[in-house]
Amino acid sequence: MTSAMDDLYHEIILDHYRKPRNRSGELEPCDVHVHHSNPLCGDELDLRLHVEAGKVDKLAFEGEGCSISMAAASAMTEAVLGRELTDADDLAESFRLMMHGEGVKREDDLLDGVAFQGVAKFPVRVKCALLGWMALKDAMDTYREGEAEHRVTHE
Amino acid sequence: MLDVARIRKDFPVLDRQVHGRPLVYLDSAATSQKPRVVIEAMARVYETYNSNVHRGVHALAEECTESYEDARGKIARFVGADPRGLVFTKNVTEAINLVAYSWARTRLGEGDILLSTQLEHHANIVPWQLVQPIAGYDLRYVPVTGDGFLDVEAFDEIVSSGRVKLFAVSAVSNVLGTIVPVAELAARVRAANPDAVVVVDGAQRVPHMPTDMAELDADFLGFTGHKMCGPTGIGVLAGKPELLEAMPPFLGGGEMIANVTLEGTTFNEVPYKFEAGTPPYAEAIGLGAAVDYLSGLGMDAIREHEIELLSEALDALGAVEGITVHGPKDPHARGAAISFAIDGIHPHDIGTLMDREGVAVRAGHHCAKPLMRVLGAPATTRASFYLYNSPDEIGALVDAIDVTKKFFEA
Repeated sequence: MTSAMDDLYHEIILDHYRKPRNRSGELEPCDVHVHHSNPLCGDELDLRLHVEAGKVDKLAFEGEGCSISMAAASAMTEAVLGRELTDADDLAESFRLMMHGEGVKREDDLLDGVAFQGVAKFPVRVKCALLGWMALKDAMDTYREGEAEHRVTHE
Repeated sequence: MLDVARIRKDFPVLDRQVHGRPLVYLDSAATSQKPRVVIEAMARVYETYNSNVHRGVHALAEECTESYEDARGKIARFVGADPRGLVFTKNVTEAINLVAYSWARTRLGEGDILLSTQLEHHANIVPWQLVQPIAGYDLRYVPVTGDGFLDVEAFDEIVSSGRVKLFAVSAVSNVLGTIVPVAELAARVRAANPDAVVVVDGAQRVPHMPTDMAELDADFLGFTGHKMCGPTGIGVLAGKPELLEAMPPFLGGGEMIANVTLEGTTFNEVPYKFEAGTPPYAEAIGLGAAVDYLSGLGMDAIREHEIELLSEALDALGAVEGITVHGPKDPHARGAAISFAIDGIHPHDIGTLMDREGVAVRAGHHCAKPLMRVLGAPATTRASFYLYNSPDEIGALVDAIDVTKKFFEA
């Protein structure tokens, strides 16, 4: 296995893939449910979110997709749990910039999300890593707009 | 029997390494590699006689035109077509669009059925969908059975209405490899409606086995150069000349005209009526060289070689725990592509890991999303073979699958 491969399939990523955190198709109580799909890969992701006092109180993801997409969603749930929505927005932006090779901000806050740095070297896999984070941003936007459901297809 | 070791020397790219390992190229269903004779034929055009075709009276123009028309003749003979009905297009996608816009748009209407199948590549679905609202026909699809064949009962039921006026079908599935009994189905369509035309997508057949338009009973046959050792940017629509003559032009411009005034235009004869603008003549000449190369080896021998590879690959994959092979299990019933699934591992992970072992396979939906829905899988991994693949490479495929499985099991 080459070193680039170790970067892509970092031990932390494989750990989230094999033992996903906060993975469930149900959440009680639940304020908002978004469904994101990436038709080119066939990846599907459901994210459910409960907000309490302006913070991410609970969230759960369920989906079908490659190891990178599922592991990234798992790591995302841990990184944003308990955060103010605006703070989670900022963290999502940090992750997005990192995936586009624009440096690592808030390294400590991203927790295991930092392990996805190496994925940036595999341009076709970047959108896999971003799927969960895009679903999160959309879930928070949908919540702020007072809606409970949203479906997004990424082209 | 093909001498694969010798054939491999004809393909410069097969010498290269990928991630420090010898390249094992199992993605020929996406595009084939090119033999030196094709690369050289195209270089010869540009280095010795490059000139626009069918224009000008100078020596280079004549040489280039002769070479271009010579390629048309060779390619027509290769599939048993009339050279007057052999239209050069960009690829099979453009060939099918040509039939959709020029034939289906003007000949079909309400009450007619345009019948395609669930086995098709998007190229044989989307053009018919685009023209449907203009022409107003019913667009129907023959379903696929669980074992990867067309559902003949459902086909018969639709055809028996006598309303099927165009039947568009792939000769070989690009995902499952299924060989479709085109002639048999065409006969049934024609028996129910003698005016029906049959459009065959030959993209996955023409490169791999002997193909004859009359034996297929096709009115139109599309295929693409880059999947058959030829260059990109060149494809073919082979049609019956009398059908093409009666059709309006598809694209307008130079070359396709007889006379132009500002009030109107009369059109050139076929096939030129359908070749607007400067054609990709270097690519056409390259495809002619590819056809010579394939004919020199013999399409029967190529097919025989691929059946041997398929038998070995199906046996080898069948012996790996946790692998599901989609499509027909009999190598004689399928073309040179095998789609498979590995339990619990997404095709994109499989593709990435196998690439690191030097094995190039395709992971994705293969531009056949309706078929993926039938398979109940968003994507598959596809290994596809061609004349230059050796049995050793099937060993490399199985080894790479083992590495992939172990990696995710750990």
